[in-house]
Amino acid sequence: MATTRPPLVHHRRHATPLYGVIAEFEGPADLVHAARKTYEAGYRRINGYSPYPIEELSEAIGFTHTRLPLIVFIGGVVGALAGYFMQYYIEVIDYPLNVGGKPYNSWPAFIPITFEMTVLFAAFSAVLGMLVLNKLPQPYHPVFNAPNFAMATRDRFFLAVEANDPQFEHDRVVELLKSLGAIEVNDVEV
Amino acid sequence: MHSTAPVIDPGLTFASVTDKISSIVLKRKTSLAWFFGFAISFALFQLMLLTITNLVFVGIGLWGVNVPVAWGVDILNFVWWIGIGHAGTLISAILLLLRQRWRTSINRFAEAMTLFAVAQAGMYPIFHLGRPWLMYWLFPYPNTMGIWPQFRSPLMWDVFAVSTYATVSAMFWFVGLIPDFATLRDRARSKPFQILYGMLAMGWRGSARHWHRYEMAYLLLAGLATPLVLSVHTIVSFDFAVGIIPGWHATIFPPYFVAGAIYAGFAMVLLLTIPLRRFYGLEGFITMRHMHNMAKVMLATGLIVGYGYIMEAFFGWYSGNKYERFMIWNRMHGPYSLYYWALILCNIIAPQFLWIKKVRSNLLALWVISFIVSIGMWLERFVIVVTSLHRDYLPSSWGMYEPTQWDWGMFIGTIGFFFTLLFLFIRFLPMISIFEMRTILPEAEVEE
Repeated sequence: MATTRPPLVHHRRHATPLYGVIAEFEGPADLVHAARKTYEAGYRRINGYSPYPIEELSEAIGFTHTRLPLIVFIGGVVGALAGYFMQYYIEVIDYPLNVGGKPYNSWPAFIPITFEMTVLFAAFSAVLGMLVLNKLPQPYHPVFNAPNFAMATRDRFFLAVEANDPQFEHDRVVELLKSLGAIEVNDVEV
Repeated sequence: MHSTAPVIDPGLTFASVTDKISSIVLKRKTSLAWFFGFAISFALFQLMLLTITNLVFVGIGLWGVNVPVAWGVDILNFVWWIGIGHAGTLISAILLLLRQRWRTSINRFAEAMTLFAVAQAGMYPIFHLGRPWLMYWLFPYPNTMGIWPQFRSPLMWDVFAVSTYATVSAMFWFVGLIPDFATLRDRARSKPFQILYGMLAMGWRGSARHWHRYEMAYLLLAGLATPLVLSVHTIVSFDFAVGIIPGWHATIFPPYFVAGAIYAGFAMVLLLTIPLRRFYGLEGFITMRHMHNMAKVMLATGLIVGYGYIMEAFFGWYSGNKYERFMIWNRMHGPYSLYYWALILCNIIAPQFLWIKKVRSNLLALWVISFIVSIGMWLERFVIVVTSLHRDYLPSSWGMYEPTQWDWGMFIGTIGFFFTLLFLFIRFLPMISIFEMRTILPEAEVEE
């Protein structure tokens, strides 16, 4: 390691590839504070882990934009067009049937199904879009190796700094996280 | 300010909320009462299977339906069940958009109720087809017969509305469960449960990036489910309103059906949560505030339904049409008048007691009123379906309708199936959304 600083809290030997460093916090406020400071220190490949959604946390790690609404909108538009033109194709082009003298393109009667198809496609886009963007299902992830990480789904809060962050320097990160009030800081292997 | 009861017991923490709800699934010994309840429900579920088997062999003549009353108890049960489902979507979607934090303790349970009620509802029209094995003909698919469904028919709208509703409700429910599956995965002690919940959690790890997209997806789903739920019962009412049967062909039907659905649904949520919170000691999560709020929603929708009845009678008279006038007269004084007046008693008179705070605070009274309303909503659909049909335009085609034992077998059987699913749900899945409960805890606040 090219650091000139003296070895800090614990020295790491590079036996296995490192995913990053993870710090454990006791409360949501500590985590958000630490995440903000870490971001301000110039780290970008960082991520928080919490048992429930914390709006401030995603802001603190600089993640505020998602394409999901656009995906859902496109899904809805595709659903609406598919719904209407399916009915148009069937009732006007492929199987025209005169029912009580109504026009073949009885558009008001086609609205309910068009609406339902819009909702159906948009809902599928929302669920599948969320899963795909989140890269789920993902049975294995390095953070699951972190000690005590099972508590991330109960009452513990974690902040990870990934090793592929351009600024990543192991001991420096550990020191920063400790100074931000982490109750424990651990290495996470890939 | 009134109704200051908290939405959650102030003494709870992240840890205690998690442990208390997950232990019902993971640690608590399955009680004898659960087995007892499950056994009864499962036995009644067998009655449904027996009825369906018999029905498929014999045909729908087994049910009491015949000309002129070709839609009987089985179509009204369809409407009844699907209406019950609507409260779940209302609680989970509409109250989310309205930022009603109290919904958090009951939304999971109410959504499960929606899903199971829609499953019951869906069976009726399918078996009513007479040849249920050809039900796929309802869907537009290219076929060797060279024919297509008729999209000008409300019955086709119904197919799309109900199947979309069932699909979207299931997705909404499952998405809501993902973080809780992760909680259960991390708490489960036995290997099979770790694997089962682990697979369902799909690798959820509570990442801030995931939560951000998740919250967005959940909000968008709520935004989609809200107009959807209104459309579903609107379309169910079109099954009636588009027909030119006296008493059905009315513009009041869509709003009046939607209000009735929410009314019946809240009655069912109360009917189920009152004993459940007591039995599992969930008073800290589902507080008196919830009971008051649900009672108020019930009262409000009950009044809208009451307005619907008045307007139905008014339209009948004001139309000047002799068939419409006769229909409303026949409802009130004809052979089924007893049903009509029982319906007024159950749906309009009974909920008026909810104006009194003492009644809203008395769980037994609330439970009894909810039960009466559930019966009332069943009677409402009976009156709509049967009284309009049994007096056809030509007196020579008049008839009477009486449900047979197999109609009752199907109804009681679906109640059994509903409760079978519900018992399995409360045993194997967290009946209260754990991660959403954490968000409303005082310690979840991040002060800036």
